[in-house]
Amino acid sequence: MSVQAGTVHALVGENGAGKSTVMKILYGMQRPDSGEILVNGTAVHFKNPNDAIAASIGMVHQHFMLADNFTVLENIILGSEPKKGMSIDFVAARAKVVAMAEQYGLEIDPDILVEELGVGQRQRVEILKVLYRGARILIFDEPTAVLVPQEVDDLFSALEGLRAQGMAIIFISHKLDEVLRVADDVTVVRAGSTVAEVKSKDVTARQLAELMVGSELPQPSTHGVTRRDQITLALNDVSIPTSTGSRDLISHISFDLHAGEVVGIAGVEGNGQAELVEAILGLRDYTGSISFNNASIDHMSVAHRHDLGIGFIPEDRQRQALMMDSPLWENRILGHQRSAPVMRGFILDKKATIADTARIMEEFDVRAPGPQTLATALSGGNQQKFIVGREMSKAPALLVASHPTRGVDVGAQGAIWEELRRARENGMAIVLISADLEELIGMSDRLLVMLRGVITAELDPAKTTPEQLGSAMTGAA
Amino acid sequence: MKKLKLSTFLLAIAAPLAAAVVSIIISSLAVLATKKSPMDAYRTMWDFGTTSASLMQMLNTATPYYIAAIAIAITFRAGLFNIGVEGQLRLGAMFGAYFGAMFALPPVFHIIAIMLIAMTIGGLWAAIAGYLKVKRGVSEVISTIMLNSLAGGFSSYLLANHFADLTTASNNLSTKEIPASGQFPNLMPLLNKLGVEDQPGGGVYGMLIFAIALGIIFWFVINRTRFGFELRASGANPIAARVSGVNSKRMTFVALALSGAIAGLAGLPAVLGDTHAFNMGFRTGIGFSAIAVALLGRNNAVGMAISALLFGFLEVSSRSLELIDIAPETYVIMQGSILLSSVIAYEVVRRYKITLQSKELAKAVQA
Amino acid sequence: MNVKSLKTLRYALLLVLTLSIIRVLTGATDLTSVGTASAALLLSVPIALAGLGGLFSERSGVVNIGLEGMMIMGAWAGGMIGTDHGPWIGLLAGVCFGTVGALLHAIATITFGVDHVVSGVAITIIAAGLVRYISTIFYKSGAWLGPSQSPDVASIGTNGIPVLSGGHYFGWQSPDLLSDLAKKQWFFISDVAAILRGLTGDLSYVTMIAVALVPLSFFILWKTSFGLRLRSAGEAPTAAESLGVNVYKMKYAGVLISGGLAGLGGGFLAIVAANHYQENQVAGRGYIGLAALLFGNYRPGGILMGAGLFGFADALQLRDSASIHALILLIVLILVFLVIRDLRKGKLLKAALTLTFAALSLWYYLAVDELPGQLVTMTPYITTLLVMAVASQRLRMPAADGIPYRRGGMR
Repeated sequence: MSVQAGTVHALVGENGAGKSTVMKILYGMQRPDSGEILVNGTAVHFKNPNDAIAASIGMVHQHFMLADNFTVLENIILGSEPKKGMSIDFVAARAKVVAMAEQYGLEIDPDILVEELGVGQRQRVEILKVLYRGARILIFDEPTAVLVPQEVDDLFSALEGLRAQGMAIIFISHKLDEVLRVADDVTVVRAGSTVAEVKSKDVTARQLAELMVGSELPQPSTHGVTRRDQITLALNDVSIPTSTGSRDLISHISFDLHAGEVVGIAGVEGNGQAELVEAILGLRDYTGSISFNNASIDHMSVAHRHDLGIGFIPEDRQRQALMMDSPLWENRILGHQRSAPVMRGFILDKKATIADTARIMEEFDVRAPGPQTLATALSGGNQQKFIVGREMSKAPALLVASHPTRGVDVGAQGAIWEELRRARENGMAIVLISADLEELIGMSDRLLVMLRGVITAELDPAKTTPEQLGSAMTGAA
Repeated sequence: MKKLKLSTFLLAIAAPLAAAVVSIIISSLAVLATKKSPMDAYRTMWDFGTTSASLMQMLNTATPYYIAAIAIAITFRAGLFNIGVEGQLRLGAMFGAYFGAMFALPPVFHIIAIMLIAMTIGGLWAAIAGYLKVKRGVSEVISTIMLNSLAGGFSSYLLANHFADLTTASNNLSTKEIPASGQFPNLMPLLNKLGVEDQPGGGVYGMLIFAIALGIIFWFVINRTRFGFELRASGANPIAARVSGVNSKRMTFVALALSGAIAGLAGLPAVLGDTHAFNMGFRTGIGFSAIAVALLGRNNAVGMAISALLFGFLEVSSRSLELIDIAPETYVIMQGSILLSSVIAYEVVRRYKITLQSKELAKAVQA
Repeated sequence: MNVKSLKTLRYALLLVLTLSIIRVLTGATDLTSVGTASAALLLSVPIALAGLGGLFSERSGVVNIGLEGMMIMGAWAGGMIGTDHGPWIGLLAGVCFGTVGALLHAIATITFGVDHVVSGVAITIIAAGLVRYISTIFYKSGAWLGPSQSPDVASIGTNGIPVLSGGHYFGWQSPDLLSDLAKKQWFFISDVAAILRGLTGDLSYVTMIAVALVPLSFFILWKTSFGLRLRSAGEAPTAAESLGVNVYKMKYAGVLISGGLAGLGGGFLAIVAANHYQENQVAGRGYIGLAALLFGNYRPGGILMGAGLFGFADALQLRDSASIHALILLIVLILVFLVIRDLRKGKLLKAALTLTFAALSLWYYLAVDELPGQLVTMTPYITTLLVMAVASQRLRMPAADGIPYRRGGMR
């Protein structure tokens, strides 16, 4: 692919197509096996990020690479510290950073600890990091994944400014309408190779999608009304106070969820969604009452609630749902170690467990050699499909799905949506939390917006656009 | 699939093999440094170590190591580190000996009573660390180490001031002798029937049978019960374990207390089978060697058994080195080098196995 | 820093006041004597050095339980080399041998990814065995009198600050005002004077160097490039790698420095605190140093305070058991203070429990004349446990501490 100065060049492809690998190579974090990279006409070989930085390449990462316990200033100058004798010249550094921030409209307080910053501000620090080192070629890896529409607008105007200064910008994304909005050129990657290089004004999003996948992209959507009369989950005035006595983590949350209904919880990350999930599952103490099938579960342990019929697809599968160094059949037991088919009395039934694991792999299209495969060897999509299969085994009456298709390839994404659709038709109640606004709107029967721990709006997905939802999420509406 | 089986087997023995080779090299270097011949050393050790008497000593040495290693493995599997086994077994043995000498019960019950006392004391001592960890967030690594030192001082104090039997004139402070009903019978009669002759220097501690049974129970509980699964899950991924319904605070406490209880038994083989009392000559260092045994044995029942026997063999056979004027402490070098090289080798093999699986998976998926 | 320093000063004065009161009540003059203060400083040095060692290692993301083993190697090297080549070379040898031990730990954990605690425990076991092995060789060859003790090492000179503490400079012997003040036995004033005199007079040159290492560590870690990069290896190694920092090199540096410091601490024990190497000399001080690190919340100033606290406990048990006996009264007073605070907060149950403890301790104090020797040796370890129990909740560990790191962020 070739990128001109003063342009924004987008690199698109589905999850797992190889975009991140290309960027890692460009940034010196990985070595290519063959081929060459030319910067301003000269061939370059990067042994480590230092070489890339020296070639004026700067990377703004998708998962921010920041040290929480350091100040903004320390994060920015790390690795390129200005010296005054033996020590770091903090005065000069601070002056330079402040001047730069003003120049590009990315104001930030240099002496604040990064852990106190919000997502949009952290991204600013990432961009400043790159500009501080004199980058002329900027690579943005999925920069809008965690931003709401208004923050995306801010980012895009910043990009405009950078482009006007003659920078070359490479923009990795799978959000095709954003790509078409901001990019001049688009390169499409599929299964590790370039399949197309087009000008953005010459294509539609749909054409790009088909190039990306080779076929039509799956759509998140539900059909018909499957809501039943029975109330599966009821929250009444649920709050979680913080230990420091300031604003509650979640405050006076109340809603009912019927069987066969999907409620989507929308909100910028960090506004209480994770805590709400923990309250429902019993992982955190709360005030107020939660009842499941008309019986209170407030004093029940995590295990008890799970056994009653509450399933959970967590947002961070590696951290919350898998033992990476264990085989799949042992992971099958996780969460289900109190009942059949895994248990026979107090004893683990290894044979039955392995057999059931094979069943899950078959039914949910988990691509791996067998139940003995270690979890860490599977791709993200297959891991997630396995987890969905595991949680569905007991046909829970309530499923809490937190970002269920995050970081998952398109094929797996479609499969998981289909699974959720089917479960909904069979009467499962689903709490769906997601940062993917299309997923939320497409899959939900109702939308609840959370801001600062409180439900601030209830919307009808059939009548809501992503822009409207984004406004509601930031409280701008 | 057959190819997979062979490579699995090779991988399984690769690490211990590599470790053995490295440690032989290092030990030989150590012997050479004192201008002696390593071949002589090994030959002497082998000749001495394979005599019947030495083999019996080896079993006796290995038995407490194995019991203590099981105690340690329980916590390792749960992601915790009980380094205080030394203190727990010391206190367990002392209290067991002291109280065991106070009463007399029918033979089997008396032994069981002593073992229960030892388990309770060891469990309570470890429970202090468990409580501190769960309620106050104190790292159990530091607290168990501190409790080790405390156990040393505490046991000296109790022995000197309260527990010692002052009716004997000996300088070696000792608790009163446990009556015959509380003494664990030797295995010699059994071995005699199998054709093994009596040897000078005692026989084989009866608690060996108990240790073997303990190993089997340990394997079963860890691998085949719900408690064992939850323990392993807590060690593999504490967050996922919590989400799956494990009460992590309770698990931490129970794991440490249980570990302490088993450790309390580790000092008993000699006490019940040989000295029939707790005295100042009570063997120190069992706890630390047991850590090495657990690490070397990868926290599983069979591996630890082999490691315990290996360490026992090295210790016993190295006593013969004095005859050819080599420091018997050479076995310390052997144990140390085996420990370090095996710990590294296991890690290397683990990483290699994962890479191998990923490659195979990629091939399978593309096919 | 200023508000915090004032608060610390207030607490310190309060502590001295309490000790003064107890001294007057019980007649345990050793509690606040020059000798005790001196010994406390002396024994806090190895703990502080171990704590600083832990600081460098953990700030770079490597947990170092092997500090104890590295101290053992340092103590042993100090004795072994110091006998023949003098104390300063002995200390240098201590540093070197501690670093060698650290190198093993570094290779195992950083290059091979072995679990940090496992490697640390293994290193300690190996170090103890190794020094015993080589010691027996020396013993056999006739150079040493016993297999667990080296011959004596010459001592290092001492000095004090001028005017106040009787220092001597270029042949001039200065007055010793603090000492004179201490002898007067005036309530509180003499106690403060005695403590200050103990902390500033008759100091070994090594002690001065060791204490200077504390602010030096702060400067290195927070004011230099090297320090920033080292800390980044422990907080966000992937971020650091993406900015071109050689994370492996930083971790190695952190671990090797920690070994050197621990080795110095061990050498100090053998050469300054005693005058020869003795088996079991280190006696857990490597672990207590780790506790000081945790108590100090991973900051040099805090480590110094923690080391001072533990050093004080260490010193008392070596000197006069009457003082330990008197310390029980101190515990009673502290418990009473806690009871009052709990009552104010309305925590009646907790107050009742604490009051029972206080009453039991008071009874024990009155009933027993002198603590038996074996229990006295337990003082530093109980102190460590109690301090840990109180202080562990508010810890702020480096974010990537204890996590094995691989280039490219793989597992």
